[in-house]
Amino acid sequence: MIIPKLAFKNIYGAGLRTWLNVIALSFSFVAIIFLQGLYNGMNDQVEKATVDAQYAGGQYWQNDYDPFDPLSLNDAHGKITDKLQKLVAGKKAMPILIRPATIYPNGRFQNALLKGIAPEQKIVSMPTSVLLTETESIPALIGSRMAKSTGLKIGDDVIVRWRDANGTFDANEIKIAGVMKTDVSDIDNGQLWIPIEKMRAMMAMPDEATIIVLEKGSRFNAKVDHWQHKDLEFLLQDVRALFLTKSIGGSIFYIVLLLLAMLAIFDTQILSIFRRRKEMGTLMALGMTRSKIIQLFTLEGAMHAVLAAVLAAAYGLPLLIHVAATGFGLPQATDSFGYAMGNRIFPTFTAGLVMGTTLLVLVVTTIVSYLPTRRIAKLKPTDALRGKLT
Amino acid sequence: MVDGNLIQTENLVKIYPMGSSRITALNQISLTFRTGEFAGLVGPSGSGKTTLLNIIGSLDSPTSGSVEVLGRKIETLSHREAAELRNRSIGFIFQTFNLLPVYTAYENVEFPLLLLRTPAAQRKKMVMEALDWVGLADRADAKPAQLSGGQSQRVAIARAIVKKPELVLADEPTANLDAKNSHHIMKTMVHLNENLETTFIFATHDEKVMRYLKRKITLDDGRVEKDEIFEPEARK
Repeated sequence: MIIPKLAFKNIYGAGLRTWLNVIALSFSFVAIIFLQGLYNGMNDQVEKATVDAQYAGGQYWQNDYDPFDPLSLNDAHGKITDKLQKLVAGKKAMPILIRPATIYPNGRFQNALLKGIAPEQKIVSMPTSVLLTETESIPALIGSRMAKSTGLKIGDDVIVRWRDANGTFDANEIKIAGVMKTDVSDIDNGQLWIPIEKMRAMMAMPDEATIIVLEKGSRFNAKVDHWQHKDLEFLLQDVRALFLTKSIGGSIFYIVLLLLAMLAIFDTQILSIFRRRKEMGTLMALGMTRSKIIQLFTLEGAMHAVLAAVLAAAYGLPLLIHVAATGFGLPQATDSFGYAMGNRIFPTFTAGLVMGTTLLVLVVTTIVSYLPTRRIAKLKPTDALRGKLT
Repeated sequence: MVDGNLIQTENLVKIYPMGSSRITALNQISLTFRTGEFAGLVGPSGSGKTTLLNIIGSLDSPTSGSVEVLGRKIETLSHREAAELRNRSIGFIFQTFNLLPVYTAYENVEFPLLLLRTPAAQRKKMVMEALDWVGLADRADAKPAQLSGGQSQRVAIARAIVKKPELVLADEPTANLDAKNSHHIMKTMVHLNENLETTFIFATHDEKVMRYLKRKITLDDGRVEKDEIFEPEARK
């Protein structure tokens, strides 16, 4: 127990030098945890928003449907089979019919996707009830991004042209019944949502759909002819891949912060060894072994991390809890990040993140403290007493 | 080693490499010190006083020859064994006091006992006793920065003798002190030498110290020039 006692006395006695290191290291603790929490929060938020608004409990895709191949959309429709129809009837799933179309907003023309959805659906978090509005023309729901890019607003009429199942072109007027603000650009950009039954009639595709969205928590994954089940793991893989790419920048920042903290400890240790050569000589003369002196100096370095963790907990915990509760405001240009995020990010700080980061910093600090102290092993007591470092 | 002999050196040689040349710091030193001696190694700078003291104190090892201290051959000791010998049996007093700056006088004196794992109650008694010997019991809580040079050296003496070692090695203990403090320090050491039978060996060229020595070994250019026994004036 003598080494911890001495180490504590030494770093306590070092006064301001100790506290400067501890404060700097505690900033690193809080910054690392905050940054990781921010990324975790973004990740959680992106997934939740995407699942809520788009994927719900998974999907069935008509065999020909390929979201990355617009040309496949002409053929990507089919009758809903009995198994799936049962789910739809029981409101445990809902069909979406997707067809390419052209719209003519303000005298221009623009390619768009027409998406038919049941106005009364509760499976995804879209305000489709606005489609229940009785109008002579076809009611449509668009996202705010689509509204901005086309200049359309609620009450506007826009001509839409499409080809039905027989390949015949047809056109009609659509009235914008609602503009939704959504974090998920995949249900917004270039899309018009209209009542599915009207769309089926327009397209001459009765009882047909392109995808079936299962309710949240659905465990239904039976094999269905002409339809492929896509679970959330599959549907979210692109989002996760994108997130991984974006988080590499965050990881670099994480490593830089950790390196800066370690550099501070390393410098302190080097400085300590140079400044305290004579003290080491005295300790040797008093009968302390070299290994004990190495332990003492290593522990002193590691204790900086322990004190920093305590200090970081004192001011960091209330701060992080506050940020986790109130969120973190994002600039208007968030959409350009490519994430389905709201205007605020709510960081997620798990016990694992806090404990893991604390443990990592403690271990790395101890290693970094030990490295320069190895020089002590080469130190001759007589040289140390003269203030020389061999 | 003959009974009563605390230290015995035979044909002790210490050579330091200095660039491409070699400097002989000690040349064929053969000396014997008996328990309870109050001896001084005197001579000009570079005569080998501190080198001899360091080798006797197991802080350094000889190039050739042998040194036996308390029955242990210094040249054969490992780092750990040498540290243990210093910890148990040898006290050091340095010219610049070498007190640990962040510790109080009490904690500085306590340090060797902590290394010896002396129980707390006994440790406290021994520390206060040592501080009392040097007349600093009332300054136990002071840090080195708050002590005068004389007081700091007295704390260093208390630290050297607190474990009641057989041998105390003092390297120029009065070099940084004024005449009054030098005499005070020397009287303290004489008192301890007489009462605890601790052997003291000094490396010094201070006339004030020499007045208290019972034995004076004059070194010159790494060789023993004279080895004299006295009945010191200052002790009478």
